[in-house]
Amino acid sequence: MRFTGALRSEFTKLTTTRMWWLLGVILAVYVAFTAAVLGAAFGGLFPGAVETGGVSGLHELVYSVAVTVGYVFPVILGTLSVTGEVRHQTLTPTFLATPRRGTVLAAKLVTLFCFGIFYGVVALAASVAVGAPLLAAGDMVTGLDDSQTWLMFGRAVLAMGIWAIIGVGLGTLIPNQIAAIVVLLAFTQFVEPILRTVGMLVEGFAEIGRFLPGAAGDALVGSSVFAVMSGPSSAGLLEWWQGGLVLLAFAAIAATIGAVTTWRRDVT
Amino acid sequence: MANDAREGHTIEFSGLTKRFGQVAAVSDLSFTVPAGAVTGFLGPNGAGKTTTLRMLLGLVQPSSGTATINGKRYRDLPQAMATVGTALEAASFHPGRTARNHLRVLAAAGGIDRSRVDTVLGLVGLGDYGDRRVGGYSLGMRQRLGLAGALLGDPSVLVLDEPVNGLDPEGIRWIRTFLRDLAAEGRTVLVSSHLLSEVQQSVDRVVIISGGRLVYEGSLEGLETGGAVMADAPDRAALAAAVLAAGGTAEMTDAGVTITGIDSAAVGVAALSAGIPLSLLAPRHGGLEQSFLDIVGEGGSK
Repeated sequence: MRFTGALRSEFTKLTTTRMWWLLGVILAVYVAFTAAVLGAAFGGLFPGAVETGGVSGLHELVYSVAVTVGYVFPVILGTLSVTGEVRHQTLTPTFLATPRRGTVLAAKLVTLFCFGIFYGVVALAASVAVGAPLLAAGDMVTGLDDSQTWLMFGRAVLAMGIWAIIGVGLGTLIPNQIAAIVVLLAFTQFVEPILRTVGMLVEGFAEIGRFLPGAAGDALVGSSVFAVMSGPSSAGLLEWWQGGLVLLAFAAIAATIGAVTTWRRDVT
Repeated sequence: MANDAREGHTIEFSGLTKRFGQVAAVSDLSFTVPAGAVTGFLGPNGAGKTTTLRMLLGLVQPSSGTATINGKRYRDLPQAMATVGTALEAASFHPGRTARNHLRVLAAAGGIDRSRVDTVLGLVGLGDYGDRRVGGYSLGMRQRLGLAGALLGDPSVLVLDEPVNGLDPEGIRWIRTFLRDLAAEGRTVLVSSHLLSEVQQSVDRVVIISGGRLVYEGSLEGLETGGAVMADAPDRAALAAAVLAAGGTAEMTDAGVTITGIDSAAVGVAALSAGIPLSLLAPRHGGLEQSFLDIVGEGGSK
């Protein structure tokens, strides 16, 4: 009873400011644009732009930009769902209405997982709506009649859900909104790509590199630019279910540390 | 919203202490807030009022001591919002959310029927502004919205931190009547303020803290008579000695002797039995505000 109330409260909270749909629109536009570029390149609108001979699964690569470039959006939404409350001091009414703080955090995790799933559906709709016609125009496989493609969609949507709860964990870990967003962007856009690129070049480093959250996310989805770059066998990545577990572990660790440290602090 | 069979809930502070590092913000605070009355919780800014209220509501962890409502800690109340309504000074709102949606978020968390949202918006006079984003609200409107949130669960206990702050004169008059009506229905009302004059006309009892310590608990009348007494006699030294013997304290001034600790009747008895003719005996005029400042000043200098 108390949990369902907290859950309804969190859903209401998220849908009654503009953030969720603003981020959703930007996500859809960004993913559509990236899918258009890749789809056009592979689909032969620019003949010879990319050497596609012998590489299979290009349609999955195009569709999976939903996660490859879009995963940062559910993380941002999740982070803001916590740091926004700190910034606007709404933690006071939140904790007054639901005095058990663990209940609030659990409700946030469930709510943000659902919104991450929703973002996943939006992002995939964007990448497929733009990518599939471009691939078809170039006589490439669209894969929309292939169950493997749809399984990949399912994993992509799940990944977006987990990314959102990683965001919640990050927010509880770093309640300062600006600090949290800076850390998030620096890590996802700069630190991890560099580490993964290094991992492809340096022997032995890939062993560690594939446990990075971005790599684990790609493993879960099973297709990404990085996966293709690291060779047709995707040797650098974990199994999809291992990737999912690693990603989930990141979310759990961040949320647990946050829950027992900053989340317990005095609210003044 | 009247609930005739409302059972009274008592708020109890017992040995409540909060230290921030070496600094004690609240020290060994014990007092009781009864049902069916408006209790003013007074003290200068920085006296520890807000910290005390936040400890009562589980937002701040006490270093020691307890604060309970009806014998339970806030976080252990089965229906927090239906038992205690709160409006805290810093209870902020997301500027991009409308007032109605802010209350819907709270109602959902408290398991309160959504129809209450419009009811309380009307009660605080915001019925026509519910769909405006709070970012465009004045301080007075925010205070009213905070109060609306406190009333959402139709609670038996109301805890309001500086609710008068930012209200216009009409709003102040409105809230005075409003608080009195709530107490008359049997509710427990605890209202903090740093100005006695703000709450003087609406409170039945006052609890005064200064420097994190309790300095007065009781009626407003008692606060007034607790002030100083002015007396004078040809032999001031003998008068001072008699006052000291009677348990008071005496301070020589140009105008006579300022006596604290015993009332004017006791001063008269002491002078009579010592055979000292008095040329002046009167409670010092200055009213409640002066008494309040006297008391607060004492506590603050400790």
